[in-house]
Amino acid sequence: MSLAQTSSVALFGLEGHIVNVEVDIADGLPMYSLLGLPDAALSESRDRVRAAMVNSCEIWPNRKVTVSLSPAWLPKSGSGFDLAICIAILSAHQSIEPARIRNLVFLGELSLDGRIRSVRGLLPALMAAQKNGITTAVVPFENLAEAQLMQGMEIVGMAHLKSVLHWLRTGEREEAPTIEYQWSAQDAGLDFADVAGQPDARLAAEIAATGGHHILLIGPPGAGKTMIAERIPTIMPALKKSEALEVSAVHSLAGSFTSRSPTSLLAPIISPHHTTTRVAMVGGGAHAIRPGACSLAHHGVLFIDEAPECPSGVLDSLRQPLEAGTITIARSIGNVTFPASFLLVLAANPCPCGKFSGRGRSCTCTSAQVRRYLGKLSGPLMDRIDLRVHVDPVGRIDMARNELGETSATIRERVIAARSVAEMRFSGLGFSRNSEIPARGLRGDFRPVPAAMNFLHDELEREHITARGLHKIIRVAWTLADLASHEIPTLADVKKAHAMRGGVEI
Amino acid sequence: MNTKNNQRTGAFGEEVVSAYLTGKNAEIIERNWRIREGEIDIVALYPNGSFAFVEVKTRSSIAFGHPFEAISPQKAHRMQRLALGWLATHGALGCEYQIDVAAVLLAADGSHSIEYRANLL
Repeated sequence: MSLAQTSSVALFGLEGHIVNVEVDIADGLPMYSLLGLPDAALSESRDRVRAAMVNSCEIWPNRKVTVSLSPAWLPKSGSGFDLAICIAILSAHQSIEPARIRNLVFLGELSLDGRIRSVRGLLPALMAAQKNGITTAVVPFENLAEAQLMQGMEIVGMAHLKSVLHWLRTGEREEAPTIEYQWSAQDAGLDFADVAGQPDARLAAEIAATGGHHILLIGPPGAGKTMIAERIPTIMPALKKSEALEVSAVHSLAGSFTSRSPTSLLAPIISPHHTTTRVAMVGGGAHAIRPGACSLAHHGVLFIDEAPECPSGVLDSLRQPLEAGTITIARSIGNVTFPASFLLVLAANPCPCGKFSGRGRSCTCTSAQVRRYLGKLSGPLMDRIDLRVHVDPVGRIDMARNELGETSATIRERVIAARSVAEMRFSGLGFSRNSEIPARGLRGDFRPVPAAMNFLHDELEREHITARGLHKIIRVAWTLADLASHEIPTLADVKKAHAMRGGVEI
Repeated sequence: MNTKNNQRTGAFGEEVVSAYLTGKNAEIIERNWRIREGEIDIVALYPNGSFAFVEVKTRSSIAFGHPFEAISPQKAHRMQRLALGWLATHGALGCEYQIDVAAVLLAADGSHSIEYRANLL
């Protein structure tokens, strides 16, 4: 019999499809045809597979080799099918028992000398395999740490084609090193204690981390906006393992594990430069749709420094994921949905020269320039930002004071406590954070004390706030109440929330 | 010198394949039928009445790849055309026919092996 079949996984966004790799070797002139909508990288597999096979002392069949990747309609891309194709060819060539490989999944790119190279998106691929009832997967050794996150699957990490073949033929393999999981939610380098002064911004960061409220930091260069933003993940509660797996899956697809360990429970922080394009921000690509910055920041922080310098379309493209928590990207090859539930942290200078704060003595901008600068942040986007905080230049008192500020660990404890209060309150309602309370709830079960409501209605009447602004203020007030252990938001909480929104609508 | 050598090698290969076909009860009808478009190495008639047009590739080493790899899709097409040309000139259009290829590998010690693939197209 010169027919063999095994499996691999094709990824479409985060969604994996099991691909049957079938190989038929027929009599005829030496030929190789690869069926099933391969892209350029996949079409090149022929040369990689052949060289790897020959250099691993195997015989390339000098016959008519037909490789079919089914389902045929699904466009397939990338080099991750190399290993599966190679194994299927050898099996069709009768050097591996076909039954041995029928229920395995093979993922890996082959190098010309037969080594197995790492692939992108291994984690989502394995998730798809598991969902389809496959229990054993052969993966590149380099990806082993990531692959072993999959519970309940036998993961065989292999570094070379020769060792795969040895294992398939004899059942023997070198004992794989078991990787001790270091689930860790600590960032060695960053701590809130490093931030001098800035009580307002610290409080805003704490509120943002607790309730999931988006935040804008306005301040002159050097005041510590970036320092504060970078430290927000260290006060966010550690990710649940299921959340960490979601984050790791997205990062796996983007191939960004160099900057983030797959076993990190720390909320991710992604800080794209302000010249970032729209596609890089939300995701996209013509052949394989890759996640953008807002998906990489899923369950974490998306920090955009110098936000007014961004081309306006880029920031506004975040409006939909801010509402939905997911982003759907449509291309000619299909629609892909990535998770994108992130905390947006924007930082901005107060004016183009950056010095219009405090008394603004050395600012060289005209008043029109100052007004126009923050006006670049569009109204609909600003409406979604609940906390607008001025970060003043650090004064000499703060700098001179020797004692450090509160550590991240202390703040995180408060955040966790406040979040658990909120989770208890919302249990069974389908959401868990204050920023997610539906508008109906804010006027019903979750209204603040009557005095506070009166205050807000007055403000509404004076047109200082909009109806949406009113809702947003109540949500922030709930977070303030949770942090201060108030049962329901008091007038003071609401006033504080109102002040943190910037008082008057921008 | 080299060309002559290659021609001799080729002729030897064809000889070997002819003997192989005769051993299979096929009748060798023509050798090296040549027209402007090219050449058919061997025309044989199988006992079942099917004509076989055989391309013979002879190599003394596989340093330049397997002999069959020398047959490109274009070459296969030309063989098809030549086969039809032969059938037409001999008034045999419509007869059953097939295209075969044979690889003859010559070893250094003077022995040889044949690999024969029938009915390619």
